[in-house]
Amino acid sequence: MVFWKRTVPLALAFFFGVLMVVQYFIPHKSFAELLDTMARWGQIVGAFALVVGLSSLIHSHVFKIKRQVPGWGYSVVTLAALVIYTVVGFISEGDDSPEAAFGWGYHHLLMPMQASMFSLLAFFIASAAYKAFRARTLEATVLLIIAVIVMLGRVPIGSYVYEKLPQVAEWIFSYPNMAARRAIMLGVALAMVATSLRVIVGIERSYLGGGD
Amino acid sequence: MAAEVSEKKLEEKKSRVVILVALVGIFVAVNIYLFAAGRLPSNFEGLGIMIAAGLSLAIYSFLYRDNPIYKFAEHIYIGLSVGYIIVYNYYNALKPNLLDKLFFPPPGERAELWLIVPLFFGILMFFRFSPKHAWVSRWSFAFIVGYGSGMAIPRGVKTMIFAQMEATLRPIEFFDMYGNFNFTAIATLIAIVGILAVLIYFFFSLEHKGPLKVASRVGVWFIMIAFGAQFGYTVMARMSLLIERIRFLLGDWLNVLRS
Repeated sequence: MVFWKRTVPLALAFFFGVLMVVQYFIPHKSFAELLDTMARWGQIVGAFALVVGLSSLIHSHVFKIKRQVPGWGYSVVTLAALVIYTVVGFISEGDDSPEAAFGWGYHHLLMPMQASMFSLLAFFIASAAYKAFRARTLEATVLLIIAVIVMLGRVPIGSYVYEKLPQVAEWIFSYPNMAARRAIMLGVALAMVATSLRVIVGIERSYLGGGD
Repeated sequence: MAAEVSEKKLEEKKSRVVILVALVGIFVAVNIYLFAAGRLPSNFEGLGIMIAAGLSLAIYSFLYRDNPIYKFAEHIYIGLSVGYIIVYNYYNALKPNLLDKLFFPPPGERAELWLIVPLFFGILMFFRFSPKHAWVSRWSFAFIVGYGSGMAIPRGVKTMIFAQMEATLRPIEFFDMYGNFNFTAIATLIAIVGILAVLIYFFFSLEHKGPLKVASRVGVWFIMIAFGAQFGYTVMARMSLLIERIRFLLGDWLNVLRS
């Protein structure tokens, strides 16, 4: 049983991992097609994974409704919105142009709410910044000053404060900021490659979950 | 004392309900006026603008405090987002890549039978629902994880290591073709110092003392500059969204903005 439970998944990960690494180094049409095929396979399996996630969401809300836990009415709202919009989407055949019902919902319900939700962060980010950036240390002060320069450099008032402020903000973005980001990216890439190798050769097995 | 506290809470709750009902009433009244005055078109477009404005205001009501109107909008948002993802995935991933090619191929074309493989891996995912047979879904995860890892190695090495190192190691030209000093060269030198310093900061195989300590301190400064820049950039992105929403509410909905 261990063979089916552990060896087969490890072998599958090894096979597909090595296949994707090898295809990159073989500049042949058939391997380019293989890459395309595998990308589509990934999308297909990912779509099935979505169903698993969806069932978890539905289960959680149905549980709240059944037990009538405080705020269960909101679960009804979530499920109703989900079911109605999904049905509308299938009736509209996924047409997201504003003329179709599905697209109408996207442009007049989903997008405004998404933009409002994210813009709400503008208020909270300001209060969080106040708490985080109080110039307690030299490093925090540097962070605060740079953030202010970048913010002012990206709005017209910045040029009124100091006419070269937009250029200063741009310079910060292009050089010191880029330097730190590049170094972090190098570290991330090395870690990503190491983790991927561990997965392929079967050292990293956390994706198998617990148990046998 | 306890009775007094609960009475006070009840009073607070009552006043909150009154405020909420009043706000909803004002919203309805404003919309009736807008439609009656012809400021909102009497069609689906106008209805959409009205609902979008209402939902936006419902979300902004969180700035006052967590309240039922905000929660209502928040839960609609969750439901709609998931519904959108389902439909989008079906029409952009599952239908064109699997169903149309395997079960409903165009006339004159043969079904692509090799698609049974991803279909098989996809169906195995559903074994997650059975506690006894959940292990079968490991095969699907092994496919996804193996495929992802195999893709990550060459791409990560190429774009995140080689391309970044190449950009860093380009020759610095201190003078241009006319012999003038090139000030960008100093900035490039600063960037190189920054990259090395940040890398040293994250290098834990040697104790940070002596020159390494100095270098890692410089690295911290560069990291702080980057975090500050990123923070400022994020704040401004959120501000842009906020400005756009205010423009929508004052312009598209209330029609009080001059174009």
